[in-house]
Amino acid sequence: MALSDIDLDVRQGEFVCFLGPSGCGKTTLLRIIAGLEVQTAGSVRQAGRDISRLPPAQRDYGIVFQSYALFPNLSVFDNVAYGLVNKRVGRKAIDARVAELLTLVGLPDADAKYPSQLSGGQQQRIALARALATSPGLLLLDEPLSALDAIVRVHLRQEIRALQQRLGVTTIMVTHDQEEALSMADRIVVMNQGAIEQVGSALEIYREPASPFVADFVGKVNVLTGSAQDGRLRVGSKLLECGGCARAGTFKAYLRPEDIIARPIAAHDSNVFDSRIEKIEFLGSYCLVRVSTDGLGQPLTVYLSLNFLSEQNLEVGSELRLRILPERLRLFDG
Amino acid sequence: MAEIALSIRQRTEPSDRVGHAGLLLVSLLLLLFLAAPLGAVLLQSFEDRKRDFVGLENFVAYLHTPALTQSLWNSVWVAGFVTLATVPAAFLFAYALTRSCMPLKGVFRTIALTPLLAPSLLAAISFIYWFGNQGVLKSVMQAFGIDSIYGAPGIIVSEMFAVFPHALMILVTALSLADARLYEAADALGTGAARKFFTITLPGAKYGLISAALVTFTLVITDFGIPKVIGGNFDVLATDVFKLVIGQQDFQRGAVVAMFLLAPALVTFLVDRAVQKKQTSMLTARAVPYAPKPARGFDLAMTAYCVLVAALMLAVFGMALYASFVKFWPYDLSFSLRHYAFGLVDAEVNVAFFNSLKLALGTAIGGTAVVFIGAYLVEKLRGMDWLRPAVQLLALLPMAVPGLVLGLGYIFFFNAPGNPLHALYHTMTLLVLCTIVHFYTTGHLTALTALKALDAEFEAVSASLKVPFYRTFWRVTLPICTPALVDISRYFFINAMTTISAVVFLYSPDTKVASIAILNLDEAGEPGAAAAMAVLIAATSLVVCILYLGLGRLIDLRTQSWRHLK
Repeated sequence: MALSDIDLDVRQGEFVCFLGPSGCGKTTLLRIIAGLEVQTAGSVRQAGRDISRLPPAQRDYGIVFQSYALFPNLSVFDNVAYGLVNKRVGRKAIDARVAELLTLVGLPDADAKYPSQLSGGQQQRIALARALATSPGLLLLDEPLSALDAIVRVHLRQEIRALQQRLGVTTIMVTHDQEEALSMADRIVVMNQGAIEQVGSALEIYREPASPFVADFVGKVNVLTGSAQDGRLRVGSKLLECGGCARAGTFKAYLRPEDIIARPIAAHDSNVFDSRIEKIEFLGSYCLVRVSTDGLGQPLTVYLSLNFLSEQNLEVGSELRLRILPERLRLFDG
Repeated sequence: MAEIALSIRQRTEPSDRVGHAGLLLVSLLLLLFLAAPLGAVLLQSFEDRKRDFVGLENFVAYLHTPALTQSLWNSVWVAGFVTLATVPAAFLFAYALTRSCMPLKGVFRTIALTPLLAPSLLAAISFIYWFGNQGVLKSVMQAFGIDSIYGAPGIIVSEMFAVFPHALMILVTALSLADARLYEAADALGTGAARKFFTITLPGAKYGLISAALVTFTLVITDFGIPKVIGGNFDVLATDVFKLVIGQQDFQRGAVVAMFLLAPALVTFLVDRAVQKKQTSMLTARAVPYAPKPARGFDLAMTAYCVLVAALMLAVFGMALYASFVKFWPYDLSFSLRHYAFGLVDAEVNVAFFNSLKLALGTAIGGTAVVFIGAYLVEKLRGMDWLRPAVQLLALLPMAVPGLVLGLGYIFFFNAPGNPLHALYHTMTLLVLCTIVHFYTTGHLTALTALKALDAEFEAVSASLKVPFYRTFWRVTLPICTPALVDISRYFFINAMTTISAVVFLYSPDTKVASIAILNLDEAGEPGAAAAMAVLIAATSLVVCILYLGLGRLIDLRTQSWRHLK
């Protein structure tokens, strides 16, 4: 994957996620930082040092791969101690450091076992311990959780985040899983087709997507097509109040399902319309509800809580008044 | 960041330079001992005796020499005949092994593979005892209208015996790759047995059949030992090369004939590579392995066929064994160790046998080391991106080069006046290097398969931990790959023990090996001693195979215990 115009600063102690669909270049970027691949142009600097042309062994990082890449013929102890042996520290110091790391990742008694005797989640913790053993200034995680099943994944992502905060180690993680990125990262770098689309906190990425791609890729979204008219947005036969409608032209307005509310709606509120429930998708405590609208000319998807639905006796075919929050409409030229 | 940079080059990690040096050494080895000799053959075929370039003149002259074109035709039709006869026979045998519930499969398989343990000409010697001038069954053969075994008939039956296991191994692999779900779907649709065979089994084994046919054809057309021993006045390309080069010192025409031998081998190699890719992609990860169900009549028929083939194999082997212990064929059939005790010693065969062991050990140890390190560096080394594909290509090339052509190249290249490596000529070192190169590809592919099964990120992890690559090679890669190393080493040993084609050009009285001694004994009219030598080689190969089996088990216990942990 070819990268272009990558300009990114990662702060000391920060947890950054590279997020994007497969083939967007996020892994390539990580491998360039690691020196496993070589950029054709530009420079990479770490802690004030230009590492652009340094081979991996002369850079300062620990890395964890999706495949764990544990050495299967070495015990857990030997795996974790693999990088320590080279540092010519004493046997006692190595023993102590390995014990400390295994405790840190929650597997204090695993030292004599072999990787094949551990579950996937346990193997990934050992890989993490091995990467952290030499106290690197940077931790690189290449889709570390993708090979694990759903429950272990959720559990381990909290642990990795807690561990990272405790150690304060600068961390870059590559993932295609937006939930993972949103829940773990201090900042998220959303990438697409070899370029950075947006850099920001989870909330910024979600609430203020910088491009249609980001809005689409992160979370669910309704897309309304309309044109500016008298500082408002005309969609279908409706005129909607919105935040950024001063410009003229046609727009695509992006709107999260939770930005369409069923209550509270006051009598004088704008952007209110009638709708009919077409489909209810049960997701647990809330439901994804598809409604057809009068006037807007297209169906919308909204979140409604299970309680609300049962309180109001709503089912497929029920009528419902909804309101679009004007400040949440994000317009992109279209 | 808009600076325009000519592609940035990473600095080389000092420890990686060790690997770069290693790769350079391997490529130098392949250049000197493979590419240069082949180039020498190619060059000679376009030159006259004064070493002036004459274009295609030698080829034109060749095609106008009736005696030589007759050999070309002989080679082609004999190889074609053997292919047409052997491939179906081996297919049926492979079918019985993979698709029936016949008993004693292991025994049948082992018997069918025994020809691999001895030089191919053991079959020729044995058939001479059966059907030759003083053969036991000569009259039976003549009743069938075949006047003499010497010539095409002898070559054909001997080659069938010798190449059977090669075709069998390919076809067993092809037939093992069946997906049971296809047969279940066919059963669910009420498909008959014959229709299942022609619509599922045969298409599934198609690539295996193509591959087996090509390999058989190439092995037969490039084999030297059998036509030399049982060919009589029936000339073929392989014997022509030898006569032209060793007998008449006509290097140019020898080189032209070598080109004719190289052609089918090259075609086979290219088609085989293409076919292999298709074959592996046919079987998806979700396929369910086929398990045959008992069927009385079918299983019985298959057993009967395999018993017949095994009996024929044992008859060939048994005759050589028997003849080697007979006092004076056919007049005094009493038991005697004469051929072993005196025949072999007279012919200085003890020296030859010892040389064979030296060659085999040297090849097994040296070859395994070079091949594995070469494959490792091609697959895992950081940097030298320009050289690695070239080495990979050179490593695959030997598969496409018949031993005779390689041996010829060695004469042309190393015997050339002015070559500083001339001192190697006639030495055991050169024999070892030639044999390593001759059998390089199979070892290389075995090593590559083992290395590709490892996690691709071991080297990246090591680098991030500041551990030099060679330490990871020693502590992780090598221990995990030991089973493959044992396989490669055994393959080298057995082939070095039994090979004739390349070394026949390169030995000196001091470095004569056992397989060559068989040829010499046979020429000297000592068939009993020749048989004894062949039996000795086969016995050695067998013992070595058993030793390797033990070694494999031992190494498995020592280095692979992590595989079996629960």
